[in-house]
Amino acid sequence: MLLAIDTSAGSSVAVVDGDLVLAENSTEDTMRHAEVIGDMIRQTLDDARVEPRQLDLVVAGMGPGPFTGLRVGIAAARAFALGIGRPVVPAVSHDAVAFDEWSAGVRGAVLVVTDARRREVYWSSYDLTDAGAVRSDGPALCRPDELPYPDFERIDATQIGAGALGRVVRLQRERGEQPEFTEPLYLRSPDVTMPGARKRVTR
Amino acid sequence: MTREPVVLGIETSCDETGVGIVRGRTLLANVIASSMDEHARYGGVVPEVAARAHLEAMNPTIEAALAEAGIGLDAVDAIAVTSGPGLAGALMVGVGAAKALAVATGRPLYAVNHLVGHVGADVLADEPLEYPTIALLVSGGHTSLLVVRDLVGDVELLGETIDDAAGEAFDKVARILGLPYPGGPQIDRVAAGGDPKAIHFPRGLMQPKDDAKHRYDFSFSGLKTAVARWVERAEDAGEEVPVADVAASFREAVVDVLLTKAFRASADFGIPRLLLGGGVVANARVREEAARRAGLAGVSLRIPPLSLCTDNGAMIAALGAQLIMAGHRPSELGFGADSTLPVTEIQVARS
Ligand SMILES: [Zn+2]
Repeated sequence: MLLAIDTSAGSSVAVVDGDLVLAENSTEDTMRHAEVIGDMIRQTLDDARVEPRQLDLVVAGMGPGPFTGLRVGIAAARAFALGIGRPVVPAVSHDAVAFDEWSAGVRGAVLVVTDARRREVYWSSYDLTDAGAVRSDGPALCRPDELPYPDFERIDATQIGAGALGRVVRLQRERGEQPEFTEPLYLRSPDVTMPGARKRVTR
Repeated sequence: MTREPVVLGIETSCDETGVGIVRGRTLLANVIASSMDEHARYGGVVPEVAARAHLEAMNPTIEAALAEAGIGLDAVDAIAVTSGPGLAGALMVGVGAAKALAVATGRPLYAVNHLVGHVGADVLADEPLEYPTIALLVSGGHTSLLVVRDLVGDVELLGETIDDAAGEAFDKVARILGLPYPGGPQIDRVAAGGDPKAIHFPRGLMQPKDDAKHRYDFSFSGLKTAVARWVERAEDAGEEVPVADVAASFREAVVDVLLTKAFRASADFGIPRLLLGGGVVANARVREEAARRAGLAGVSLRIPPLSLCTDNGAMIAALGAQLIMAGHRPSELGFGADSTLPVTEIQVARS
């Protein structure tokens, strides 16, 4: 049984047992990750009637996603895992969206797109076959008019479901796949200006 | 809780990831991971760089603190975390981690004020702090003058900087003098051989006309500009800039304003006690001059050990323990990071 946390878009927390989502709570609010995360974890555990120590691992959605909110969920997932002495498993947040499409019966090549703010988008491409959803490219960042794979079916997501993320991670682990990305998928360097020559205050 | 509570404190308001553990008034661990080296190349703290570093340092720092204290998480009775003031994105990392840790361990969570935490650091000293006390908290992020009547119940802000923090002024003047970041220790180093009276730099908000509105406030931006003007004039005249004298004179101006206002508050309020806190207290001249003026004024001066003056988790844990021992209920989990949290809010979201 696992706890999954994702704050790459809104906030979402789920308890997943096998392929079953026992409880899931989500909000699309992209401004209040730090405020909601604690109550959301506690509520989801209560809804699932699960004690923290019954969990075997914690899944952390690593993005891609806007930095400030994304970090709240990763920090929470890692600290929760530390708190129960269980491992944390990093996951690509877009995988949850592709998995939802696959579960709904969609097959073929798809392009998952999420908002990166500042007039940019994050994208990942997937092959959905009867065997499952496999990421073929990405995650990456670009301007909306520069999106690749125009012939793929485009899926714009505003929310990453922690339930789907937990389910897809369970499948990936069953197949013996190791997490491909263990660090936050910021895909953007911090905004910094290197100090140039000192500016004069007198003319 | 009959015995003294063991509290784990998490601090991420600026560029130090701090985790401390106390038992009541006893320090068990104080571990700090700093991202200062990463900011050095930018000449100042870059909020996004700091926040990224907090996320990477958080779990290792918690584990290091537990190891230093020689306890497991099961021995921790409560968790305390800085809710503000500070850099929003940096604070959120600590808040997210602390909430999850509290839910995972089933322990109560206390969301506290960073500035009051600086005052709280002193309860870890051997003798208890007497109240009321004046507190002067000076760092790269804040310059605040407080009157603390009760650590867990009555803290009032007398004044603060209206522009740059004192630590920021040190960084900026170091840059003017071609010295690396962080500026405080650099200025201290080169000022050692300089004459503090060589140049009279302006003292901000010290004129009689400032008294009505800014009696206890600080301003360092004019001082920084004055230093830049002075250096440019010397350079334009083809003179060699007397770096030691400029540094010593600048430092003297900062120290003079800080301490004049602090001792003024002490006299105004009839409170013969002054507590210093914040990273700028590392500055040798600040400590030396504070001790001299305290002796003259008959004020008892408290300066926590340096490792408890700079931002750290132990001070947050210490304040959390004081709240618990005073019977305060934990915080509700819905609080957020508040970058401008007023000092009067000692605990946030009390249930
Ligand atoms: Zn501070």
